[in-house]
Amino acid sequence: MSEAGTQIGIARARAGSIAGSATPAPVGSATPAPTGSATPAPTGSATPAALDDAAVLAALGEVMDPELPMLSVVDLGIVHRVGIDPADGPIRVEILPTFVGCPALELIKAAIADRLAPFGRPVEVTATFEVPWTTERISDDGRRALLAAGIAPPPATPADAAGSVLIGLEPRVPCPHCGSRRTVLENVFGPTQCRTIRYCADCRQPFEAIKPV
Amino acid sequence: MTPNVTAAPPATALAALLRSMADDEFVIGFSDSEWTGIAPLLEEDVAMSSLAQDELGHAAALYGLLATLTGSDPDTLAYDREPADYRHCRLLDHGRGDWAMTIARRFLYDSADAIRLEGLAGGSWAPLAELVGKLIREERYHRMHAEAWLERLARRSGEPRDRLLAALEALAPDAATVFTPLPDEPALIGAGILAAPMHELEARWCATIAPILAGSDLPMPPPARDPERGRLDHGDAFRWLWGEFTSVRRADPGATW
Repeated sequence: MSEAGTQIGIARARAGSIAGSATPAPVGSATPAPTGSATPAPTGSATPAALDDAAVLAALGEVMDPELPMLSVVDLGIVHRVGIDPADGPIRVEILPTFVGCPALELIKAAIADRLAPFGRPVEVTATFEVPWTTERISDDGRRALLAAGIAPPPATPADAAGSVLIGLEPRVPCPHCGSRRTVLENVFGPTQCRTIRYCADCRQPFEAIKPV
Repeated sequence: MTPNVTAAPPATALAALLRSMADDEFVIGFSDSEWTGIAPLLEEDVAMSSLAQDELGHAAALYGLLATLTGSDPDTLAYDREPADYRHCRLLDHGRGDWAMTIARRFLYDSADAIRLEGLAGGSWAPLAELVGKLIREERYHRMHAEAWLERLARRSGEPRDRLLAALEALAPDAATVFTPLPDEPALIGAGILAAPMHELEARWCATIAPILAGSDLPMPPPARDPERGRLDHGDAFRWLWGEFTSVRRADPGATW
Protein backbone atom coordinates (compact mmCIF):
# COMPACT_ATOMS: atom_id res chain seq x y z
CA MET A 1 0.00 0.00 0.00
CA SER A 2 2.80 2.36 -0.82
CA GLU A 3 0.45 4.91 -2.38
CA ALA A 4 -0.98 5.54 1.03
CA GLY A 5 2.17 7.45 1.77
CA THR A 6 0.96 9.81 -0.88
CA GLN A 7 -2.06 10.75 1.11
CA ILE A 8 -0.01 11.18 4.23
CA GLY A 9 2.23 13.41 2.19
CA ILE A 10 -0.77 15.45 1.09
CA ALA A 11 -2.09 15.81 4.59
CA ARG A 12 1.34 16.85 5.78
CA ALA A 13 1.55 19.37 3.00
CA ARG A 14 -1.85 20.72 4.01
CA ALA A 15 -0.77 20.80 7.62
CA GLY A 16 1.72 23.42 6.62
CA SER A 17 4.99 21.58 6.48
CA ILE A 18 5.38 22.96 2.98
CA ALA A 19 4.01 26.36 3.88
CA GLY A 20 6.26 29.20 4.80
CA SER A 21 8.53 29.07 1.80
CA ALA A 22 8.14 30.78 -1.50
CA THR A 23 4.83 30.06 -3.20
CA PRO A 24 5.48 27.36 -5.74
CA ALA A 25 4.95 28.39 -9.31
CA PRO A 26 2.12 26.71 -11.21
CA VAL A 27 3.41 24.75 -14.11
CA GLY A 28 2.13 24.84 -17.63
CA SER A 29 2.27 28.53 -18.30
CA ALA A 30 4.80 29.70 -20.77
CA THR A 31 6.43 31.97 -18.24
CA PRO A 32 10.00 32.55 -19.24
CA ALA A 33 12.73 31.61 -16.86
CA PRO A 34 13.55 34.18 -14.25
CA THR A 35 16.49 36.26 -15.25
CA GLY A 36 19.83 35.01 -14.22
CA SER A 37 21.35 31.83 -15.31
CA ALA A 38 19.21 30.26 -17.99
CA THR A 39 21.79 27.63 -18.72
CA PRO A 40 20.32 24.15 -18.81
CA ALA A 41 21.37 22.04 -15.90
CA PRO A 42 24.34 19.89 -16.80
CA THR A 43 23.67 16.30 -15.93
CA GLY A 44 26.07 14.50 -13.68
CA SER A 45 28.16 17.58 -13.14
CA ALA A 46 30.29 17.66 -10.04
CA THR A 47 29.32 21.22 -9.22
CA PRO A 48 25.68 22.00 -8.46
CA ALA A 49 23.80 23.08 -11.57
CA ALA A 50 22.34 26.56 -11.96
CA LEU A 51 18.94 26.52 -10.36
CA ASP A 52 15.72 28.20 -11.46
CA ASP A 53 12.22 27.06 -12.40
CA ALA A 54 13.09 26.66 -16.06
CA ALA A 55 16.11 24.54 -15.26
CA VAL A 56 14.03 22.31 -13.00
CA LEU A 57 11.33 21.96 -15.66
CA ALA A 58 13.92 21.18 -18.31
CA ALA A 59 15.30 18.46 -16.06
CA LEU A 60 11.81 17.08 -15.41
CA GLY A 61 11.35 16.92 -19.18
CA GLU A 62 13.98 14.18 -19.11
CA VAL A 63 12.16 12.05 -16.51
CA MET A 64 10.16 9.47 -18.39
CA ASP A 65 7.01 7.77 -17.15
CA PRO A 66 7.79 4.12 -16.34
CA GLU A 67 4.56 2.77 -17.87
CA LEU A 68 4.52 5.11 -20.87
CA PRO A 69 8.26 5.51 -21.40
CA MET A 70 7.80 7.60 -24.55
CA LEU A 71 6.36 10.39 -22.36
CA SER A 72 8.17 12.61 -19.91
CA VAL A 73 6.36 13.54 -16.73
CA VAL A 74 6.02 17.05 -18.18
CA ASP A 75 4.41 15.81 -21.42
CA LEU A 76 2.16 13.52 -19.39
CA GLY A 77 0.99 16.62 -17.55
CA ILE A 78 1.51 15.33 -14.04
CA VAL A 79 3.85 18.10 -12.87
CA HIS A 80 1.57 20.38 -10.89
CA ARG A 81 3.94 22.78 -9.14
CA VAL A 82 7.62 23.39 -8.79
CA GLY A 83 8.95 25.44 -5.93
CA ILE A 84 12.51 26.38 -5.13
CA ASP A 85 13.29 27.45 -1.61
CA PRO A 86 14.69 30.99 -1.78
CA ALA A 87 17.37 30.12 0.74
CA ASP A 88 19.26 26.87 0.40
CA GLY A 89 16.24 24.68 1.22
CA PRO A 90 14.61 22.05 -0.90
CA ILE A 91 13.32 21.91 -4.43
CA ARG A 92 9.68 20.90 -4.06
CA VAL A 93 7.78 19.17 -6.84
CA GLU A 94 4.09 18.39 -6.59
CA ILE A 95 2.77 15.79 -8.98
CA LEU A 96 -0.74 14.69 -9.90
CA PRO A 97 -1.27 10.92 -9.98
CA THR A 98 -2.89 9.82 -13.21
CA PHE A 99 -4.90 7.24 -11.26
CA VAL A 100 -5.38 7.06 -7.51
CA GLY A 101 -3.86 3.62 -7.30
CA CYS A 102 -1.11 4.16 -9.85
CA PRO A 103 1.60 1.67 -8.88
CA ALA A 104 4.25 3.67 -10.73
CA LEU A 105 3.93 6.66 -8.43
CA GLU A 106 6.75 5.75 -6.08
CA LEU A 107 9.03 5.01 -9.04
CA ILE A 108 8.19 8.38 -10.56
CA LYS A 109 8.92 10.18 -7.30
CA ALA A 110 12.26 8.44 -7.01
CA ALA A 111 13.14 9.18 -10.64
CA ILE A 112 12.34 12.86 -10.16
CA ALA A 113 14.43 13.03 -6.99
CA ASP A 114 17.33 11.36 -8.79
CA ARG A 115 17.17 13.69 -11.78
CA LEU A 116 17.05 16.82 -9.61
CA ALA A 117 19.84 15.69 -7.31
CA PRO A 118 22.59 17.38 -9.40
CA PHE A 119 21.15 20.77 -8.37
CA GLY A 120 22.66 20.08 -4.99
CA ARG A 121 19.53 20.74 -2.97
CA PRO A 122 17.27 18.39 -1.04
CA VAL A 123 14.34 17.31 -3.23
CA GLU A 124 10.80 16.80 -1.92
CA VAL A 125 8.32 15.16 -4.27
CA THR A 126 4.74 14.93 -3.09
CA ALA A 127 1.56 13.77 -4.78
CA THR A 128 -1.62 15.80 -4.62
CA PHE A 129 -5.18 15.57 -5.86
CA GLU A 130 -5.63 19.33 -5.51
CA VAL A 131 -6.75 19.28 -9.10
CA PRO A 132 -7.56 15.99 -10.81
CA TRP A 133 -5.18 14.83 -13.48
CA THR A 134 -7.13 14.54 -16.70
CA THR A 135 -6.19 13.21 -20.09
CA GLU A 136 -6.34 16.61 -21.75
CA ARG A 137 -3.26 17.53 -19.71
CA ILE A 138 -1.16 15.39 -22.06
CA SER A 139 0.79 17.80 -24.25
CA ASP A 140 0.72 17.90 -28.04
CA ASP A 141 4.25 16.53 -28.10
CA GLY A 142 3.07 13.79 -25.77
CA ARG A 143 0.17 12.93 -28.05
CA ARG A 144 2.50 12.63 -31.02
CA ALA A 145 4.87 10.42 -29.03
CA LEU A 146 2.00 8.12 -28.01
CA LEU A 147 0.78 7.83 -31.60
CA ALA A 148 4.29 7.04 -32.82
CA ALA A 149 4.45 4.26 -30.25
CA GLY A 150 1.17 2.74 -31.44
CA ILE A 151 -0.95 3.99 -28.55
CA ALA A 152 -3.99 6.07 -29.46
CA PRO A 153 -3.91 9.41 -27.63
CA PRO A 154 -7.02 10.45 -25.70
CA PRO A 155 -9.80 12.33 -27.50
CA ALA A 156 -9.23 16.07 -27.71
CA THR A 157 -12.57 16.64 -25.99
CA PRO A 158 -12.13 15.85 -22.35
CA ALA A 159 -14.31 13.31 -20.64
CA ASP A 160 -16.23 15.10 -17.93
CA ALA A 161 -16.54 13.88 -14.40
CA ALA A 162 -20.26 13.37 -14.73
CA GLY A 163 -19.61 10.72 -17.32
CA SER A 164 -21.65 12.31 -20.09
CA VAL A 165 -19.06 11.18 -22.60
CA LEU A 166 -19.98 7.53 -22.62
CA ILE A 167 -17.46 5.11 -23.92
CA GLY A 168 -19.82 3.70 -26.51
CA LEU A 169 -20.75 7.12 -27.79
CA GLU A 170 -17.37 8.78 -27.77
CA PRO A 171 -15.97 9.97 -31.06
CA ARG A 172 -14.33 7.09 -32.85
CA VAL A 173 -10.75 6.77 -31.75
CA PRO A 174 -8.57 6.58 -34.87
CA CYS A 175 -6.39 3.51 -35.24
CA PRO A 176 -2.77 4.46 -34.50
CA HIS A 177 -1.56 2.01 -37.14
CA CYS A 178 -3.69 2.83 -40.21
CA GLY A 179 -5.70 5.90 -39.20
CA SER A 180 -9.07 4.24 -39.76
CA ARG A 181 -11.92 5.44 -37.59
CA ARG A 182 -13.67 2.08 -37.81
CA THR A 183 -12.45 0.99 -34.40
CA VAL A 184 -14.33 -0.57 -31.51
CA LEU A 185 -13.78 -0.78 -27.81
CA GLU A 186 -12.69 -4.28 -26.83
CA ASN A 187 -12.10 -3.68 -23.15
CA VAL A 188 -12.51 -0.60 -20.98
CA PHE A 189 -9.66 -1.97 -18.93
CA GLY A 190 -6.18 -2.65 -20.20
CA PRO A 191 -2.66 -3.58 -19.23
CA THR A 192 -2.32 -0.53 -17.02
CA GLN A 193 -4.95 1.54 -15.27
CA CYS A 194 -4.62 4.37 -17.78
CA ARG A 195 -5.22 2.31 -20.93
CA THR A 196 -8.10 0.64 -22.73
CA ILE A 197 -7.97 -1.94 -25.51
CA ARG A 198 -9.53 -1.27 -28.91
CA TYR A 199 -9.68 -3.11 -32.22
CA CYS A 200 -9.41 -1.75 -35.75
CA ALA A 201 -11.90 -3.24 -38.20
CA ASP A 202 -9.82 -2.15 -41.20
CA CYS A 203 -6.26 -3.20 -40.45
CA ARG A 204 -7.52 -5.83 -38.01
CA GLN A 205 -5.09 -4.92 -35.30
CA PRO A 206 -5.82 -4.59 -31.63
CA PHE A 207 -4.38 -1.45 -30.13
CA GLU A 208 -4.16 0.35 -26.84
CA ALA A 209 -5.72 3.75 -26.24
CA ILE A 210 -5.33 6.13 -23.35
CA LYS A 211 -8.40 5.86 -21.13
CA PRO A 212 -10.09 9.28 -21.07
CA VAL A 213 -10.49 10.62 -17.54
CA MET B 1 -1.22 17.19 11.61
CA THR B 2 -4.49 19.01 11.40
CA PRO B 3 -5.53 19.34 7.78
CA ASN B 4 -5.82 22.83 6.48
CA VAL B 5 -9.56 23.43 6.54
CA THR B 6 -11.64 26.33 7.72
CA ALA B 7 -12.83 24.50 10.82
CA ALA B 8 -11.63 21.35 12.49
CA PRO B 9 -13.54 18.41 11.06
CA PRO B 10 -15.57 16.26 13.43
CA ALA B 11 -12.77 13.74 13.78
CA THR B 12 -14.67 10.77 15.18
CA ALA B 13 -17.48 10.95 12.65
CA LEU B 14 -15.04 11.58 9.82
CA ALA B 15 -12.93 8.61 10.85
CA ALA B 16 -16.01 6.36 10.82
CA LEU B 17 -16.90 7.58 7.34
CA LEU B 18 -13.37 7.03 6.02
CA ARG B 19 -13.16 3.60 7.60
CA SER B 20 -16.45 2.49 6.06
CA MET B 21 -15.41 3.68 2.61
CA ALA B 22 -11.87 2.30 2.84
CA ASP B 23 -13.07 -1.08 4.06
CA ASP B 24 -15.65 -1.25 1.27
CA GLU B 25 -13.07 -0.54 -1.40
CA PHE B 26 -10.52 -2.87 0.17
CA VAL B 27 -12.88 -5.82 0.50
CA ILE B 28 -14.43 -5.54 -2.96
CA GLY B 29 -11.00 -4.95 -4.46
CA PHE B 30 -9.61 -8.03 -2.84
CA SER B 31 -12.69 -10.05 -3.86
CA ASP B 32 -12.27 -8.93 -7.46
CA SER B 33 -8.62 -9.92 -7.43
CA GLU B 34 -9.72 -13.50 -6.83
CA TRP B 35 -10.73 -13.61 -10.52
CA THR B 36 -7.21 -12.98 -11.74
CA GLY B 37 -6.35 -16.02 -13.80
CA ILE B 38 -9.76 -17.70 -13.63
CA ALA B 39 -12.22 -15.21 -15.15
CA PRO B 40 -14.57 -16.59 -17.83
CA LEU B 41 -12.91 -14.60 -20.62
CA LEU B 42 -9.37 -13.38 -21.11
CA GLU B 43 -10.61 -9.80 -21.43
CA GLU B 44 -12.37 -10.19 -18.09
CA ASP B 45 -9.18 -11.45 -16.50
CA VAL B 46 -7.66 -8.13 -17.53
CA ALA B 47 -10.73 -6.15 -16.49
CA MET B 48 -11.17 -7.70 -13.04
CA SER B 49 -7.47 -7.37 -12.30
CA SER B 50 -7.55 -3.71 -13.31
CA LEU B 51 -10.72 -3.10 -11.29
CA ALA B 52 -9.11 -4.73 -8.28
CA GLN B 53 -6.02 -2.58 -8.70
CA ASP B 54 -8.20 0.55 -8.84
CA GLU B 55 -10.16 -0.41 -5.73
CA LEU B 56 -7.11 -1.34 -3.68
CA GLY B 57 -5.56 1.96 -4.70
CA HIS B 58 -8.69 3.78 -3.56
CA ALA B 59 -8.57 1.86 -0.29
CA ALA B 60 -4.91 2.80 0.19
CA ALA B 61 -5.69 6.48 -0.34
CA LEU B 62 -8.66 6.38 2.04
CA TYR B 63 -6.70 4.46 4.69
CA GLY B 64 -3.99 7.08 4.23
CA LEU B 65 -6.44 9.87 5.08
CA LEU B 66 -7.73 7.86 8.03
CA ALA B 67 -4.18 7.30 9.22
CA THR B 68 -3.53 11.05 9.32
CA LEU B 69 -6.62 11.50 11.49
CA THR B 70 -5.96 8.65 13.87
CA GLY B 71 -2.18 8.60 13.98
CA SER B 72 -2.02 5.10 12.54
CA ASP B 73 -0.56 3.83 9.28
CA PRO B 74 -2.40 2.44 6.26
CA ASP B 75 -0.99 -1.08 6.43
CA THR B 76 -1.93 -1.45 10.08
CA LEU B 77 -5.43 -0.27 9.24
CA ALA B 78 -5.74 -2.62 6.28
CA TYR B 79 -4.25 -5.78 7.75
CA ASP B 80 -3.96 -5.74 11.52
CA ARG B 81 -7.58 -5.84 12.61
CA GLU B 82 -9.70 -8.78 13.64
CA PRO B 83 -12.53 -9.64 11.23
CA ALA B 84 -15.14 -8.16 13.56
CA ASP B 85 -13.43 -4.76 13.43
CA TYR B 86 -13.93 -4.22 9.69
CA ARG B 87 -16.75 -1.87 8.73
CA HIS B 88 -17.41 -2.76 5.12
CA CYS B 89 -21.03 -3.27 4.16
CA ARG B 90 -22.59 -6.70 4.29
CA LEU B 91 -23.30 -6.57 0.57
CA LEU B 92 -19.64 -7.57 0.23
CA ASP B 93 -19.92 -10.52 2.62
CA HIS B 94 -21.35 -13.12 0.27
CA GLY B 95 -18.18 -14.71 -1.00
CA ARG B 96 -16.90 -14.57 -4.53
CA GLY B 97 -19.57 -16.92 -5.85
CA ASP B 98 -19.96 -17.41 -9.58
CA TRP B 99 -19.56 -14.82 -12.32
CA ALA B 100 -23.20 -13.75 -12.05
CA MET B 101 -22.77 -13.16 -8.31
CA THR B 102 -19.69 -11.03 -9.01
CA ILE B 103 -21.54 -8.96 -11.59
CA ALA B 104 -24.62 -8.54 -9.39
CA ARG B 105 -22.46 -7.47 -6.46
CA ARG B 106 -20.45 -5.07 -8.59
CA PHE B 107 -23.58 -3.54 -10.09
CA LEU B 108 -25.20 -2.97 -6.69
CA TYR B 109 -22.00 -1.71 -5.10
CA ASP B 110 -20.78 0.50 -7.96
CA SER B 111 -24.15 2.18 -8.36
CA ALA B 112 -24.37 2.81 -4.60
CA ASP B 113 -20.76 3.97 -4.34
CA ALA B 114 -21.38 6.49 -7.13
CA ILE B 115 -24.28 8.02 -5.18
CA ARG B 116 -22.19 8.10 -2.00
CA LEU B 117 -19.34 9.84 -3.85
CA GLU B 118 -21.78 12.41 -5.23
CA GLY B 119 -22.83 13.07 -1.65
CA LEU B 120 -19.21 13.78 -0.73
CA ALA B 121 -18.17 15.78 -3.80
CA GLY B 122 -17.28 19.38 -3.04
CA GLY B 123 -17.29 18.72 0.70
CA SER B 124 -15.61 21.02 3.18
CA TRP B 125 -12.73 18.77 4.17
CA ALA B 126 -10.39 19.34 1.26
CA PRO B 127 -8.29 16.15 1.48
CA LEU B 128 -11.41 14.01 1.07
CA ALA B 129 -13.19 16.28 -1.39
CA GLU B 130 -10.16 16.35 -3.68
CA LEU B 131 -9.76 12.58 -3.54
CA VAL B 132 -13.48 12.11 -4.23
CA GLY B 133 -13.20 14.28 -7.33
CA LYS B 134 -10.63 11.86 -8.65
CA LEU B 135 -12.47 8.71 -7.55
CA ILE B 136 -15.61 9.75 -9.42
CA ARG B 137 -13.68 9.91 -12.67
CA GLU B 138 -12.38 6.37 -12.19
CA GLU B 139 -15.48 4.74 -10.75
CA ARG B 140 -17.66 5.60 -13.73
CA TYR B 141 -15.70 3.05 -15.75
CA HIS B 142 -16.48 0.43 -13.12
CA ARG B 143 -20.15 1.29 -13.37
CA MET B 144 -20.17 0.99 -17.16
CA HIS B 145 -18.51 -2.40 -16.92
CA ALA B 146 -21.01 -3.69 -14.35
CA GLU B 147 -24.04 -2.35 -16.22
CA ALA B 148 -22.91 -3.81 -19.53
CA TRP B 149 -22.47 -7.25 -17.97
CA LEU B 150 -25.72 -7.05 -16.01
CA GLU B 151 -27.60 -6.42 -19.24
CA ARG B 152 -25.68 -9.11 -21.08
CA LEU B 153 -26.52 -11.77 -18.49
CA ALA B 154 -30.10 -10.61 -17.98
CA ARG B 155 -31.02 -10.72 -21.65
CA ARG B 156 -29.72 -14.22 -22.29
CA SER B 157 -32.45 -16.56 -21.10
CA GLY B 158 -31.56 -19.83 -19.50
CA GLU B 159 -28.47 -20.29 -17.39
CA PRO B 160 -27.05 -16.73 -17.57
CA ARG B 161 -30.33 -15.09 -16.55
CA ASP B 162 -31.15 -17.77 -14.00
CA ARG B 163 -27.80 -17.40 -12.30
CA LEU B 164 -28.10 -13.62 -12.28
CA LEU B 165 -31.56 -13.79 -10.71
CA ALA B 166 -30.28 -16.20 -8.07
CA ALA B 167 -27.36 -13.88 -7.28
CA LEU B 168 -29.59 -10.81 -7.01
CA GLU B 169 -31.92 -12.74 -4.73
CA ALA B 170 -29.07 -13.83 -2.47
CA LEU B 171 -27.71 -10.28 -2.25
CA ALA B 172 -31.10 -8.56 -1.96
CA PRO B 173 -31.35 -8.41 1.86
CA ASP B 174 -27.95 -6.67 2.03
CA ALA B 175 -28.14 -4.71 -1.22
CA ALA B 176 -28.71 -1.33 0.46
CA THR B 177 -26.11 -1.74 3.19
CA VAL B 178 -23.71 0.74 1.58
CA PHE B 179 -26.14 3.29 3.05
CA THR B 180 -26.02 1.97 6.60
CA PRO B 181 -26.35 5.05 8.84
CA LEU B 182 -22.97 6.29 10.06
CA PRO B 183 -22.23 7.23 13.65
CA ASP B 184 -22.93 10.92 14.07
CA GLU B 185 -24.06 11.69 10.54
CA PRO B 186 -25.44 15.07 11.64
CA ALA B 187 -21.89 16.16 12.55
CA LEU B 188 -20.68 15.29 9.04
CA ILE B 189 -23.59 17.08 7.45
CA GLY B 190 -23.24 20.07 9.77
CA ALA B 191 -19.55 20.35 8.90
CA GLY B 192 -20.36 20.27 5.19
CA ILE B 193 -18.50 17.02 4.58
CA LEU B 194 -21.55 14.94 3.64
CA ALA B 195 -24.38 16.48 1.64
CA ALA B 196 -27.29 14.38 2.90
CA PRO B 197 -28.08 11.61 5.36
CA MET B 198 -27.52 8.05 4.20
CA HIS B 199 -31.24 7.28 4.04
CA GLU B 200 -31.66 10.11 1.57
CA LEU B 201 -28.73 8.87 -0.50
CA GLU B 202 -30.33 5.44 -0.46
CA ALA B 203 -33.52 6.91 -1.94
CA ARG B 204 -31.46 8.54 -4.70
CA TRP B 205 -29.76 5.23 -5.36
CA CYS B 206 -33.11 3.44 -5.69
CA ALA B 207 -34.26 6.07 -8.17
CA THR B 208 -31.06 5.57 -10.16
CA ILE B 209 -31.08 1.79 -10.40
CA ALA B 210 -34.84 1.26 -10.79
CA PRO B 211 -34.92 2.06 -14.53
CA ILE B 212 -31.77 0.03 -15.17
CA LEU B 213 -33.17 -3.04 -13.45
CA ALA B 214 -36.59 -2.53 -15.03
CA GLY B 215 -34.98 -2.26 -18.44
CA SER B 216 -33.73 -5.82 -18.08
CA ASP B 217 -36.85 -7.01 -16.25
CA LEU B 218 -34.94 -7.58 -13.02
CA PRO B 219 -36.38 -7.10 -9.52
CA MET B 220 -35.57 -4.11 -7.31
CA PRO B 221 -33.88 -5.06 -4.05
CA PRO B 222 -35.90 -4.41 -0.89
CA PRO B 223 -34.70 -2.11 1.89
CA ALA B 224 -31.87 -3.51 4.01
CA ARG B 225 -32.92 -6.36 6.30
CA ASP B 226 -31.26 -4.88 9.37
CA PRO B 227 -30.33 -1.31 8.50
CA GLU B 228 -28.57 -0.47 11.77
CA ARG B 229 -26.25 -3.48 11.57
CA GLY B 230 -25.43 -3.27 7.87
CA ARG B 231 -21.70 -2.93 8.56
CA LEU B 232 -21.50 -5.46 11.39
CA ASP B 233 -21.84 -9.21 11.87
CA HIS B 234 -19.54 -10.26 9.06
CA GLY B 235 -19.97 -13.99 8.48
CA ASP B 236 -17.86 -16.96 7.52
CA ALA B 237 -17.31 -15.85 3.92
CA PHE B 238 -15.59 -12.70 5.15
CA ARG B 239 -13.59 -14.59 7.77
CA TRP B 240 -12.25 -16.78 4.97
CA LEU B 241 -11.39 -13.74 2.84
CA TRP B 242 -9.74 -12.07 5.84
CA GLY B 243 -7.61 -15.18 6.31
CA GLU B 244 -6.50 -14.85 2.71
CA PHE B 245 -5.69 -11.17 2.63
CA THR B 246 -3.88 -11.18 5.97
CA SER B 247 -2.00 -14.44 5.45
CA VAL B 248 1.28 -12.97 4.26
CA ARG B 249 1.16 -10.20 6.84
CA ARG B 250 0.54 -12.69 9.65
CA ALA B 251 3.18 -15.10 8.38
CA ASP B 252 5.93 -12.65 9.29
CA PRO B 253 4.59 -9.82 11.45
CA GLY B 254 6.60 -6.66 11.22
CA ALA B 255 8.53 -7.72 8.12
CA THR B 256 9.67 -4.93 5.85
CA TRP B 257 9.67 -5.29 2.08
